[in-house]
Amino acid sequence: MGYRQVVGTTTWTFPDLKDLMAKASPLRSGDALAGLAASCAQENGAAKLALADVPLKVLLDQPLIPYETDEVTRLICDGHDALAFAPIATLTVGEFRDFLLAETTTPAVLARLAPAITPEMAAAVSKLMRNQDLILTASKCRVTTKFRNTLGLPGTLAVRLQPNHPTDDPAGITASILDGLMYGCGDAVIGINPASDSLAATGELLRLLDGLIGRFEIPTQACVLAHVTTSIELIARGAPVDLVFQSIAGTEAANASFGVNLALLKEGREAALSLRRGTVGDNVMYFETGQGSALSAGAHHGVDQQTLEARAYGVARAFDPLLVNTVVGFIGPEYLYDGKQIIRAGLEDHFCGKLLGAPLGCDVCYTNHAQADQDDIDTLLTLLATAGVTFVMGVPGGDDVMLNYQSTSFHDALYIRDLLGLKRAPEFEAWLQRLKITGGDGRLLPASVSHPLLAGA
Amino acid sequence: MTEPPARDPWTHLTGLTAARIALGRAGPALPTREVLALALAHAQARDAVHAPFDADALARDLEALGHATLQVASAAPDRATYLRRPDLGRRLSDASRQAMERTQPRGADLVLVVADGLSSAAVHAHAVPLVAALAPYVDRAGWRLGPVVIAAQARVALGDEIGEILGAAMVALLVGERPGLSSPDSLGVYLTHGPAPGRTDAERNCISNIRREGLSYEEAAFKLAWHVAEARRLGLTGVALKDESDLVRLTAGSPAQLPPA
Repeated sequence: MGYRQVVGTTTWTFPDLKDLMAKASPLRSGDALAGLAASCAQENGAAKLALADVPLKVLLDQPLIPYETDEVTRLICDGHDALAFAPIATLTVGEFRDFLLAETTTPAVLARLAPAITPEMAAAVSKLMRNQDLILTASKCRVTTKFRNTLGLPGTLAVRLQPNHPTDDPAGITASILDGLMYGCGDAVIGINPASDSLAATGELLRLLDGLIGRFEIPTQACVLAHVTTSIELIARGAPVDLVFQSIAGTEAANASFGVNLALLKEGREAALSLRRGTVGDNVMYFETGQGSALSAGAHHGVDQQTLEARAYGVARAFDPLLVNTVVGFIGPEYLYDGKQIIRAGLEDHFCGKLLGAPLGCDVCYTNHAQADQDDIDTLLTLLATAGVTFVMGVPGGDDVMLNYQSTSFHDALYIRDLLGLKRAPEFEAWLQRLKITGGDGRLLPASVSHPLLAGA
Repeated sequence: MTEPPARDPWTHLTGLTAARIALGRAGPALPTREVLALALAHAQARDAVHAPFDADALARDLEALGHATLQVASAAPDRATYLRRPDLGRRLSDASRQAMERTQPRGADLVLVVADGLSSAAVHAHAVPLVAALAPYVDRAGWRLGPVVIAAQARVALGDEIGEILGAAMVALLVGERPGLSSPDSLGVYLTHGPAPGRTDAERNCISNIRREGLSYEEAAFKLAWHVAEARRLGLTGVALKDESDLVRLTAGSPAQLPPA
């Protein structure tokens, strides 16, 4: 079925729902690359008007990617909670925006509603929202997850300590970890991107992290961001795996390009659960996503990249993850061209993920071939922190010497805590105080070279 | 009186990593010297993305090593288009495709592609030494090497079309990785068995961070040869080929030892 929108003397037509969704998206280079973007600003505006009148029920009944050929669509449709959907079943997308912003739509209401909201509904309404709408609504969504500490509590912000090294050198990685811990970072996870996906190297890094966490009794979790099949194999060989990592996307074909499917993710989760390494909870998965990954794999089915990204969160939430990270500026300028597009995408991703009930964090970042710099990082970090983002990255000096891009730093975390009064995960905050790394106000205490963390280094 | 930036008392760890640790702080922020150093490094990396690619010099150096070379270009006519249109960077230009289709002989065991990617500086610095370091392994295993293809404005998947046209069993594409602040000249290698358009990244193996402060030429050549041998044995590359080259190295004791090809 087609859609029409009359604006003055011009009639805009959109042949189907996915075309309407794409044309209603705020401009970004990835949709232009795919040939899906609106031809001009007025067509974008007309598409938004037409999308506002589409009933949510239509988004539920007319999958953008066929049920028969895509297991992500089947996951979304089969997992939809019709009972929870009842209160919003008659709303249009535009009315849904008004509903989300209402004072009476409280955190409790949104939590009950999460299983009724499909990724397509979240994406559609986000296209009608300004940045302030995305921030305000996301700030009302509470998603709490647990493994060795509690993440996502109101008034907190966690940090993934990311101590990458170009050759996975244990001493180099340890130095970055100590730097991060001394700066009060690492409650979300200590997570290493390995330079090689080798079983031996990954296993060695896992034992390194396990040793550090055990020796200093750090209430946090470790992850080596290897392919899920590597983690499964290492679990079988007895390696100490806390969280199983995987990059995921919003279509079956894009996931296939990552070498995964839903059954494999289930297998990975069950393998991690079998180790029972969590102390306060059993959220054992760590997912990463990013707009443009499906198009990059030629697996986008003519659907805009932001809607596909929301579908990736639909995949993520089915596996009760501890952490979901949108790596928003990493993919490059062909998908998000400049600081403005990266900032918008970061806010959309966080909003959609939280609305769906996923523990969204954001790698606020950019590559050196994009039109962005540290000022854009500062802006997006500040906006996301006000929106209640679950976690951000902590990279020494903001410069990842293995992945070759810039992200947020340990210093940036101090900045945003100081500015907004945000606390760490409570168990981790208590540990920092016990080790006299921070004081009662959460700020760093003067450090000494004889500090226990540094003594053996 | 003003308060000087706080120093971090673990500067003795800075020799262990190129990561920016023990920077000190001014309140919660970076000290002035560090914030300016970061901005300058960013400026250098930005410029590296746009530095011109010297395919002729590469061809001369590779021919001096005894390799036939072939220069091609992707369908992206310039850097600005290349950055916005990755699809064009993954396809040969019409002229290059036609030239390649006339190339003989076909059917090599391995074709090396040297691609500028996002850092021509990385390719200029590291491609020739890596090809030289690989030679002993190729000779010992008796692998038939095709001409070395030098590709401008190229992305990783361009190797698929090149490999298919040349009828190569495998393609190893040496490519300039996206420049980092501390590493504007890092080289990566992507190995693809049965190259043909439509291959996904899950069907490749990657060896990355080849540069002075990262993986050495000798280590990278060993890893690449190990992967080529494994790919020949298994008949595939990608996630099903797990990198266990470290084990071979440990058990065999000598970097020259490889499983039979």
